[in-house]
Amino acid sequence: MAGLGRGRGRGKGYMSFSIEAVGIGKGENLPPSILQPTPLFPPMEHKPVPLVMGEEAEYMLALKQEFRGNMKTLPFYVRQAVSKKDVERYSDKYQNSEPSDNTIEWNPDWKRLPKELRIRVKKPLKENTSLSVDTSVDPKPSKKTRVDKEEIIHKLETLEKKEEEVTSDEEEGEKKKQEEEQQDGEEEYDEEEFEEETDYIMSYFDNGEEFGGDSDDNMDEAIY
Amino acid sequence: MTEEPMRGNRRSFRHLPQNSTNSDVGPPAYQRGWSANIPSCNAQLFGKINLPVSAEIRCVVALAITCVWDSEVVLRGFSRNSFHDLKGCFAKHMTAQEVRLCGLLLQEHFGEVVERIGTHLLRGGAQNLRTIANETNTPLDLVKKSLCVLVQHGACEFGSGRRGPGSPVEYRASCERVLRVLRYPRYIYTAKTLYGDTGELIVEEVLQRGHMTMSNTVKTVADRLTHNMEEGRSMEYSEVVSAFSKLVETHFLQRCPPVAEMGTAATSTTPATPSTPAAPASTSPPTAESNPDCYKLPHVTLIGRGKRRRSSDDSEEQRGGKKAKMDSESCGDEGIYWLVNFERFHQHFRDQAIISAVASKLDQTSSEIVRTMLRMSEVTTTQTAAYTQPLSANEIFRSLPPNYSISRPILDQYLSLLVDDPMEFVGKSGDSGGGMYVVNLQRALANLARATLESVVQERFGSRSARIFRLLLRKRHLEQKQVEDFAMIPAKEAKDMLYTLLSENLVQLQEIPKTPDHAPSRTFYLYTVNQLPTARLLLQHCYKTVANLIERRLFETKENKRLLEKSQRIEAILASLQASGAEPEQLTEVEEMITAPERQQLEALRHHINKLDSTENQVDETVFLLESYIFSTKTKRERGREGGEPGG
Repeated sequence: MAGLGRGRGRGKGYMSFSIEAVGIGKGENLPPSILQPTPLFPPMEHKPVPLVMGEEAEYMLALKQEFRGNMKTLPFYVRQAVSKKDVERYSDKYQNSEPSDNTIEWNPDWKRLPKELRIRVKKPLKENTSLSVDTSVDPKPSKKTRVDKEEIIHKLETLEKKEEEVTSDEEEGEKKKQEEEQQDGEEEYDEEEFEEETDYIMSYFDNGEEFGGDSDDNMDEAIY
Repeated sequence: MTEEPMRGNRRSFRHLPQNSTNSDVGPPAYQRGWSANIPSCNAQLFGKINLPVSAEIRCVVALAITCVWDSEVVLRGFSRNSFHDLKGCFAKHMTAQEVRLCGLLLQEHFGEVVERIGTHLLRGGAQNLRTIANETNTPLDLVKKSLCVLVQHGACEFGSGRRGPGSPVEYRASCERVLRVLRYPRYIYTAKTLYGDTGELIVEEVLQRGHMTMSNTVKTVADRLTHNMEEGRSMEYSEVVSAFSKLVETHFLQRCPPVAEMGTAATSTTPATPSTPAAPASTSPPTAESNPDCYKLPHVTLIGRGKRRRSSDDSEEQRGGKKAKMDSESCGDEGIYWLVNFERFHQHFRDQAIISAVASKLDQTSSEIVRTMLRMSEVTTTQTAAYTQPLSANEIFRSLPPNYSISRPILDQYLSLLVDDPMEFVGKSGDSGGGMYVVNLQRALANLARATLESVVQERFGSRSARIFRLLLRKRHLEQKQVEDFAMIPAKEAKDMLYTLLSENLVQLQEIPKTPDHAPSRTFYLYTVNQLPTARLLLQHCYKTVANLIERRLFETKENKRLLEKSQRIEAILASLQASGAEPEQLTEVEEMITAPERQQLEALRHHINKLDSTENQVDETVFLLESYIFSTKTKRERGREGGEPGG
């Protein structure tokens, strides 16, 4: 093409069309060619306008955050099934494990859904009534956490530990941590020894109540 | 992909179908709408391929972008399927930014599993259950659960498969519906301003649950209101019922559309809705509006009061729970579900936007007049009308609110002022009855969108670039020299600004050949701004912005997860200590477990998160304006095409 031939003869800034038409004059200084993608956070010449503040904006903000928080507690928030651990852990009693079975936690109107989507509905747990139907429905950990709420107090009383019982309406996780922290508060004078994390000191400091559980089996051996 | 659009001679556009004659300059009309959809995709493409962006390339690329085929053809190909009526919201072509934003919204509200399933459905179009489970590597039960959740919230619909009634059920997600989640706080707040706390809680409950029966809603809301009231008082069901009925009467709530018969071929002979023809498998899913009863309240009498829930009394709750179940069984409105009518809310927002625009441009009285006109035409205006029904000045005068007592001649003066205003909010359609006036809804939306675009350019590039932009909007096509002259900006700076705008694709370059061989020295190059494509471009930018904001917020939360958990634990301990009556020393001791620098960090974190959340809300206002404008132009175009008028 004639146009291409003309263009090829030029020097540095040759283009396939005449640049006068778009307004770049002859010999004008063009900005240097950029040979890389634009930076991720380019510096802004014009700062943005500040946000609208006011009662309405704050109320909507509160609504939004509350809504989000509520959605996390509703049964519509589908959580991945937790794989069963190999052994039953002591902490299972205290920590709520996530639902790990094939049931759905709310009761949709099955007439409005295609038949293939039908799953068993998890029956809500009733503490006093016996579970007659669908025993496989309820996952073990949550059943235990419900039932153990009363039994925990009994268990604690029977064990010879230095924990104090705080009756509260919280979940077990909070309760356990709370007990730990209360225990920590009371044993401040022991903390230096415990923090050093060597076996020797723990055995020197023979506070029988802490060590009752550990060394019960080895009473005939010498304690170092 | 970058080479493919540049078929043929770079300089000429001969590879494009030459439908235009010499008098019709510019690319054919159907092409004009495509250009703005491209940049977001292309920007991503260019970013990945590291294309050098020299000055030449910038100009040429800008030229190419205006006439390249829509690269969303790639995305669109996925979403063409049989039971999808292409005019419905389920056939909308989804851009990458929209899908990303939908994914984040689903993740925040429904968890990661639903997000995975939802994104897969959005990207891939209609699929059946097995395909979804296989392609996302999710166990079948989780897929079923997620689909139940999505259908419950209206984000997904199901229909019979491609091969007819015997094939497996196919599911399709709606991007538009998921994006509505962003606007939930605005809906709830509007309900509060219109119908008080009761209305607010009703709308909030229905939004949280997707759809609910009336009896269920009334009970839940009454319980919540009772919980917040002082001891001894409780909320009557009848008050909640009256708020509910008001919401239904004004069409803010509507019944869920009846579900078409699904399942085996044997049962598909009787269609569920009276309006579907003899072949139910191939019709589009019924909308809520197609049901003639969609605003009819069910005949149930709900008598009772809200129950105050005590957290320590499990046994009482159990008994109460049993009693509630027995009550719901006897209520009689089983199967009648209500959902929030988003379109009605959007109408309300649009009216609000017009009224506030009039108020800020003219004065309070004019805005009151426009508000009266809009209120009078609420029931007579259809969803997609370009303007309201004509109202006579006499009617307007009678319907003005009593505290705005202006005399008749003053009203006439105000009306003529409104008609003469260049924003064209109000138009005069006749002289009978003292003058017939209409509110130009479509024109008003277009002007609001234009104002948004101008304001964006002004804030990002300065007021002189905004001057050039406004000039191009008004004068359509201008040459380089003309731009400099009209805008009264020196040549060098005008060039610089034009190229910046060009590289951001807010301004396009239009070539008009003088000779048939499109020789560059004998071609006019004109700068132009097309409002609709630019609005689409900005809309995609907005979606990207919101997605970035959400990601940043999630990042900030994750960074400080440990600190947040610690503070939550401390708060729980404090609450329990206070409930069990501890002394102040114990409380302060527990409070001091968070050190001062940690407190500062927490404070800064909360501040950031609040700011990010608040910004999302405000970007959503822009999104609403642009979406309404684009939707109204689309319906105008369809109406024009059906009526035989020239499109575009």
